[in-house]
Amino acid sequence: MTRLAYYPGCTLETTAREYDVSARIASREIGLELVELEGWTCCGASSGHATQYELSLALPARNLRLAVEQGFSALVAPCAMCYARMRHTVHDLRDPALRARVNALLDAPWEGDVQVHSLVDLFSQEENLALLREKRQRDLSGLRLVAYYGCLLVRPPEVLSPDDPEYPTMLDRILQAAGATLVDWPLKTECCGGSISLSRTDIALELTRKLLEGAIRRGANGLVTACPMCHANLDMRQGQINRRYGTDFHLPIFYFTQIVGLATGHGVKELLLDRHLTDPRPLLAEAGIRS
Amino acid sequence: MEVGTLKLNLKERPFAGQIRRRIQVDVRDCYQCGRCTAGCPVAGWMDAAPHQILRGIQLEQRDWVLSRNTYWICASCVTCSTRCPCQVDIARVMDALREIALAEGIRPSEKTVKAFHQAFLQWVRLTGRMYEVGLIGLYNLTSGQFLASADLALPMLGHRKVQLLPRRFSGREEVNRIFERVAALEEKG
Amino acid sequence: MARIGVFVCHCGSNIAATVDVAKVAEEAAKMDHVVYATHYIYMCSTPGQELIQQKIKEYRLDRVVVAACSPRMHERTFRKATAQGGLNPYLMEQANIREHDSWVHAEIPVATEKAIDIVRMAVAKAAGLTPLEETRVGITKRCLVIGGGIAGVQAALDVAEAGYEVVIVEREPSLGGHMAQLDKTFPTLDCSACILTPKLVDAAQHPKIKLYTYSEVVGVKGFVGNFQVTIRRKPRYVDASLCTGCGICWNNCPLRPREQEDGTVKGGIPSRFEAYIGRRAAIYVPFAQAVPLVPVIDTEHCTYFVKGGKCGVCKLKCPRGAVNFEQTEELVTEPFGAIVVATGYDLFDARACGEYGYGRYPDVITGLELERLMNASGPTHGHVLRPSDGRPPKTVVLVSCVGSRDEKIGRPYCSAVCCMYLAKYAIMLKEHDPEVEVYNFYMDIRAAGKDYDEFTRRAIEQYDAHYLRGRVSQVYERDGKLVVEGVDTLLGRPVEIEADLVVLATGLTAPAGARELFQTLNISYNQYEFVNEAHPKLQPVETNTDGIFLAGCVTGPKDIPASVAQASAAAAKVVGVLSKEELVSSPMVAEVNERECVACRLCVQVCPYKAIEMARTRRGKEVARVNPSLCKGCGLCVNACRGAAINLKGFTDQQLVGQVAALFAEPLFEEEERG
Repeated sequence: MTRLAYYPGCTLETTAREYDVSARIASREIGLELVELEGWTCCGASSGHATQYELSLALPARNLRLAVEQGFSALVAPCAMCYARMRHTVHDLRDPALRARVNALLDAPWEGDVQVHSLVDLFSQEENLALLREKRQRDLSGLRLVAYYGCLLVRPPEVLSPDDPEYPTMLDRILQAAGATLVDWPLKTECCGGSISLSRTDIALELTRKLLEGAIRRGANGLVTACPMCHANLDMRQGQINRRYGTDFHLPIFYFTQIVGLATGHGVKELLLDRHLTDPRPLLAEAGIRS
Repeated sequence: MEVGTLKLNLKERPFAGQIRRRIQVDVRDCYQCGRCTAGCPVAGWMDAAPHQILRGIQLEQRDWVLSRNTYWICASCVTCSTRCPCQVDIARVMDALREIALAEGIRPSEKTVKAFHQAFLQWVRLTGRMYEVGLIGLYNLTSGQFLASADLALPMLGHRKVQLLPRRFSGREEVNRIFERVAALEEKG
Repeated sequence: MARIGVFVCHCGSNIAATVDVAKVAEEAAKMDHVVYATHYIYMCSTPGQELIQQKIKEYRLDRVVVAACSPRMHERTFRKATAQGGLNPYLMEQANIREHDSWVHAEIPVATEKAIDIVRMAVAKAAGLTPLEETRVGITKRCLVIGGGIAGVQAALDVAEAGYEVVIVEREPSLGGHMAQLDKTFPTLDCSACILTPKLVDAAQHPKIKLYTYSEVVGVKGFVGNFQVTIRRKPRYVDASLCTGCGICWNNCPLRPREQEDGTVKGGIPSRFEAYIGRRAAIYVPFAQAVPLVPVIDTEHCTYFVKGGKCGVCKLKCPRGAVNFEQTEELVTEPFGAIVVATGYDLFDARACGEYGYGRYPDVITGLELERLMNASGPTHGHVLRPSDGRPPKTVVLVSCVGSRDEKIGRPYCSAVCCMYLAKYAIMLKEHDPEVEVYNFYMDIRAAGKDYDEFTRRAIEQYDAHYLRGRVSQVYERDGKLVVEGVDTLLGRPVEIEADLVVLATGLTAPAGARELFQTLNISYNQYEFVNEAHPKLQPVETNTDGIFLAGCVTGPKDIPASVAQASAAAAKVVGVLSKEELVSSPMVAEVNERECVACRLCVQVCPYKAIEMARTRRGKEVARVNPSLCKGCGLCVNACRGAAINLKGFTDQQLVGQVAALFAEPLFEEEERG
């Protein structure tokens, strides 16, 4: 088993609880041992880097220090925002002068190296895809899914090293390995407006609407994401979008780990699929998944 | 920009210099192709397009630039920096403008954005992690959007997606000290 | 005892204002070996030169020192004057007391003192000079042109018209290059093939021009006037002496493309000439007006070669028995006096910029692909149709600067022709279909040539093209249309256009195999594999290698008028070489002392001009030997030789040490040992 520090991030405890639960379940299936980092605190998300640069590095750096202190050399952050902030921190603090300045903001300096992974990049590694294919227990072909990456898994490419910032396929391959029917679409990396979801909801609704429309236009009956903010916009705001635009969207939004969980035989309730605001259960039932 | 003809004297360029010192971006690298604006998902709502902000810095129009809503509306999707043929980190420029505006107490043209970030960070400082209900509460109050997300409240409660009460996490003391030290850094300037 | 005359120049006030020239002459007169010293206002003038000639005779001088400007200015002048005075021209030493002294110092005493020292050193060197004779070699009066596009063909025609033999080596089966693929050319909108093919035919029929098509240069030895070039003639599997170009073979090849009733095409092999949109048979000529009109067999697809001897229909049907599957490649080595490199360009692969969707969406095409669609002999018979569904586009978006002016992908240069050809497309698309809407996203409009700006204005004013200033960020597909995310920076708003067809202006790059060819020729190229000119402004068609000239896009992107002008310029340079009876080269070259040489070969390795080779003396000893025609006198070998067995004539170790010794006023060599 590969042992990694697990950094859930704030939303995985609350609005994105489904992601946390399904991530732990799915990771066990492919042999990843996730050990929650003790005493972890917020990474600063968008508000950190949007307002104060050193703060935006110090908050993640504290957690990286905890990882080192607790004996980990690798850390995985399921939330795309936390993942991006951690990667930016590792990247920018290669500059020794900056690192010294940021370390001075902490109680104790962060020394040592930590490899920061996203769950997507771990699951899309060839060995893990093979494992997933082996462990398939359900037929998910009735799910026609688009893979939605959003911004924070792929940009900027120098920091996040995606397989391709314009046309990534990591998530696509995971869905294929899980046995779902993959639907190609051109909006894989278009922004949903996550970081202005509260402050400019009107804009976020427009951007999210375009994504929902785009997915349906391609014949998808579900959308898969790896980011709690994207999930929040796409899942929770469908009602608001329908009211504002007179549309009739009911497109279930899945975390990819829930798809992996379903594929490997776990239950609808177990994966908290009943917690979504846009109920995926009718679709799942149609696809032959009732429990 | 003031009315009338723009009187330009670009011998001294303090604004461009400030940007360069802060984030190591030289705005002279930009040749105004507009690709950043072309790919920006929210440019349609901005009162000055991203490339125009760069132009404003190039021409030392500090007041005009800082009074635009561009960098407040920016969703930090980083499409601009990724596609810029001159490798200018425009997303970072937007971050820098926000920092400068906040440090100088400039009234943001998007009150809600500033309110959101401040509410978010306030709860992180208090509890060590983000507290959504508190965030929304504080944000609604400070932004004047008293009923924001009200229509989501019931469904979210019903789907057990809400942690009602604030929790305090170990590590919050260090987080609080981090905030203090950052504030001290800013004072020093 | 040498008899040296010293002539100190005032150069008007250039020298005299800072150097006391009279004093310098006075001090010079006191130096060893100096029997005459004077100063004069302008040594380079006619009276100045005559002064040298006079005094040589009057004072029976056997060495001359002129203290004046830099040798780069007037060395030639003073050598000529010395020769006219009856001495070997290499018995003149020029002392630079201008660029090295009066122009860099301000105080007269300092400058004068320095001038005296400089003259002292020159006098010491002059004492050690020996007469030198220039090298003279014969010239092969034949020119090789590498590349059979418009530049290569033009250069060949011009050299042939001047009366010299020319060989054109072209690696494609036909002459014509990319210009043959174009439909119409800006700014005249001439049919490209119509203006090109007469030149191709002239080249084929010219008695002085020999064509080696489907051939490549693989080896180059020698030097200007005396190149030995090895050319690989690839087998066509068709005997050109028998073939009449009747077309029976390619019209019967079972692999040929067959147009169906519904207009679609079955079979065929994607044709490079048709930008891989159109197709051809396995035995083919690239286009109908190919020169020569002799087909080649594509052995990667031809059934005979792929399936070991099956088929053979072409051979069966050929009425002249010209098909010969047993043909083999031929290596020929021919002598040439001069070479013109006109290897042209290729296009940037837009798949490297994934955001435009090229390669993913069939209706995102390049300019070259559009040329073939617009061309009446192209795959769609001149109808502009969407590759995806064969329907005519109603909205076309043109995107400039794809792969150009882009630091991020390592191509910051401008490709020179795209603004013009996009304007051309705007006009041509409207000519093909007056109902089409054309949008052109541009960054700048580069239209500096004659009638060029008027041409682009025509596209906007007469042909109603919509020019939007700004670069495109992304192209993606939605509901069968291509969504183009662009911007109009003039209005300051992002814009979105739903297009039926998107045309990318891909940048010009060096062609495949360029680097290897340039290394074979030993000419230098930059990081984009464009060849470096000898001087970017003053020597645009010359390389640093004597006898090798350049024309066309080999040095960088340019349009057809510039390529043709360069071709004629290169031809003039070629004629300048070939018209001489013999080539005279500077005698200030390296020379090996064969007694001292131990054949360690360090000099061979170090010579940048490949001017040194190993040889055997008459007694059979292996020694290094310098080819005086190739040697440029750079001195690297002199430095490298551990046994001091090489000297540079005119700058021998003894002469140089003598100069240094003079500066420190200590004689190091006896008179008898000089030279």
